[in-house]
Amino acid sequence: MMGAVVSLDGLLDQRRIWRGRQQAPPLGVQPTGHALLDAALPSGGWPPAALSEILLANDGSGELQLLWPSLARLTQAGERVVLVGAPFIPYPQAWLAAGVDMARLAVVQAQGSEGLWAAEQCLRSGSCGAVLCWPQGADDRALRRLQVAAETGETLGFALRPLQAAVNPSPAALRLTLEGNPPQLRVLKCRGGLAPTAPVALGSWS
Amino acid sequence: MLWACILLPQLALDGVMRQRDDAAQPLALVSGPTQRRVLQAVNPAARALGLRPGQSLTAAGLLNKDFATAEYEPDQIEHWQQFLAAWAYRFSSQVSLHYPRVLLLEVQSTLGLFGPWPAFEARLRAELTELGFSHRITLAPNPVAARMLANAYDGLAVDDEAALLGTLRRLPIDRLGLPEENALALKRMGLRQLGQVLGLPRAQLARRFPATVLNHLDTLLGQRRLALEFFNPPDFFDQRIELNFDVESHQALLFPLRRLISDLAAYLAGRDAGVQRFTLHLQHAVGEDTLVKVGLLGAERDAGMLFELARGRFEQLQVPRPVQVVRLVAEDLPTFVPSRQELFDQRPQQSQPWEQLRERLRARLGDEALQEVRAHADHRPECAWRLDRPLNGGLLDLAPRRPGWLLPAPQPLVESGLRILAGPERIESGWWDGGDVRRDYYRVQTAAGRQAWAYQTVGEGSELVLQGWF
Repeated sequence: MMGAVVSLDGLLDQRRIWRGRQQAPPLGVQPTGHALLDAALPSGGWPPAALSEILLANDGSGELQLLWPSLARLTQAGERVVLVGAPFIPYPQAWLAAGVDMARLAVVQAQGSEGLWAAEQCLRSGSCGAVLCWPQGADDRALRRLQVAAETGETLGFALRPLQAAVNPSPAALRLTLEGNPPQLRVLKCRGGLAPTAPVALGSWS
Repeated sequence: MLWACILLPQLALDGVMRQRDDAAQPLALVSGPTQRRVLQAVNPAARALGLRPGQSLTAAGLLNKDFATAEYEPDQIEHWQQFLAAWAYRFSSQVSLHYPRVLLLEVQSTLGLFGPWPAFEARLRAELTELGFSHRITLAPNPVAARMLANAYDGLAVDDEAALLGTLRRLPIDRLGLPEENALALKRMGLRQLGQVLGLPRAQLARRFPATVLNHLDTLLGQRRLALEFFNPPDFFDQRIELNFDVESHQALLFPLRRLISDLAAYLAGRDAGVQRFTLHLQHAVGEDTLVKVGLLGAERDAGMLFELARGRFEQLQVPRPVQVVRLVAEDLPTFVPSRQELFDQRPQQSQPWEQLRERLRARLGDEALQEVRAHADHRPECAWRLDRPLNGGLLDLAPRRPGWLLPAPQPLVESGLRILAGPERIESGWWDGGDVRRDYYRVQTAAGRQAWAYQTVGEGSELVLQGWF
């Protein structure tokens, strides 16, 4: 068997060799607003038309500081941002101070499976710039639905989930963990490139 | 002028058939006193069983027992004719119901919009088929000729007087719409076609036949004008479907609901209106109707969307008693304004407008589920936000740092290793409306690195109460 000549084309045809970087180039850059994070991600920002997962120890651990620049940019461009099943009430003064146009922000109060349904509808509709959801007890299947919906609607999807979910595999295009003290991000997975091993400092937000 | 004639040969049968979801089931419409029930109309499946209109029900029962019957109701014909006139009003402002089971439309004036005629005709046919009505369509320069051509042809379009005369000359006598005795008299004289009648001296015809015959022939040839009364669409939509059995689940109500809503959409398109609120009445054998109210934030008229919204409301409904009749009433019909779309929109083609998405979410999750958060000029955090209200006139004070998340209700802060980052900041307000607060706010950092916004009520000990997260 040692001497058997294997044609590369044959292997490719049988799909026994995985080719890196086979997907289409990104649609448009969606900068995160954090220079260090943009530099660390292969797409130069959030993966466009895909689901990004942000894993948090607790709600309120700095996810807003991470997301506000993107949300401000989208709402100011006239795009709509929907929060599905947010754990708290957005404090308008703070969101306004961060540059978010509150008239473009919609809050959907839905929990559990209703929340997943609403998030999927919002992602799929294509009429939103970004959809933030807090799926509770979502399994791989539910996340895959969200990921497909985000691709269909070409919408930025953000799933904010507890840190315990980090050990489970996920279909999201980007997975980040956000650590509070000191504020830094770890990229667990990013589609289209190798995840940087070193944590990314989020910059001082105090 | 050009007139289109839409002949609806089996209006009563179609009206009953479209309310049933099984078109293949043999069906006969019967009328007459109980002792002598007579079949008035049969559908193709029943015709295949050997049933014919005019048979008595007993005779039909001997041939075959497996067919359904429904009452033949003349006022239903009137109802469906009115409904179709409202539908046709969309295509022409001059719609006449002069002849029974016939719609006459003046189409010359709208040909520029819907034309040319073959495309227009195809559209009429497609929509009628969608609504579930069989039809014959002809076109002629005057309404009477269009009507009489429909007796003999389907799909014939004659658009100038000379061609019309040629076509009419070949028309058989008994298709002319003359009174039966006169037609018979002409046939007994050996005349078969209109051309032969027109060849006779006019004075002789006038002497042998009543004046109505010559009048009719003159209007047919366009030499006399027929005064037509035109249809005025009703101001609101009210339609009902009687179910032929008791329905206890909302699933079984979806078929009649879909019919009602597509009828509503056809009516709305005719009036160029949208619907903002409509009510579904579920009528029971006893007791009050169950009402399902469907409200929208904006005027809409897309049948698919309205159906989905109504279905969303239906799914939450517990039907208390068996339903016998579904009725849809829409009285609030504002002008429909199509939503604005960018020509060079970067969104994908299949994207759903935000308005539709919003209605979908509200239909499934409830009216209160979708809200917008507005800032309100008040220093008290509890009062600094409003759900779905426009911005209050006061200026917002953005100077001090505020947390992005606010807890629905403040709760004691039970964390250890707290470090005060900023504060105190005194908020003292609300003495005028009873919601008096005197608090010192601190920004504190927990051991895990989260930043909390917590307060101490002035003069009430030192425990911190958590109100938000940064």
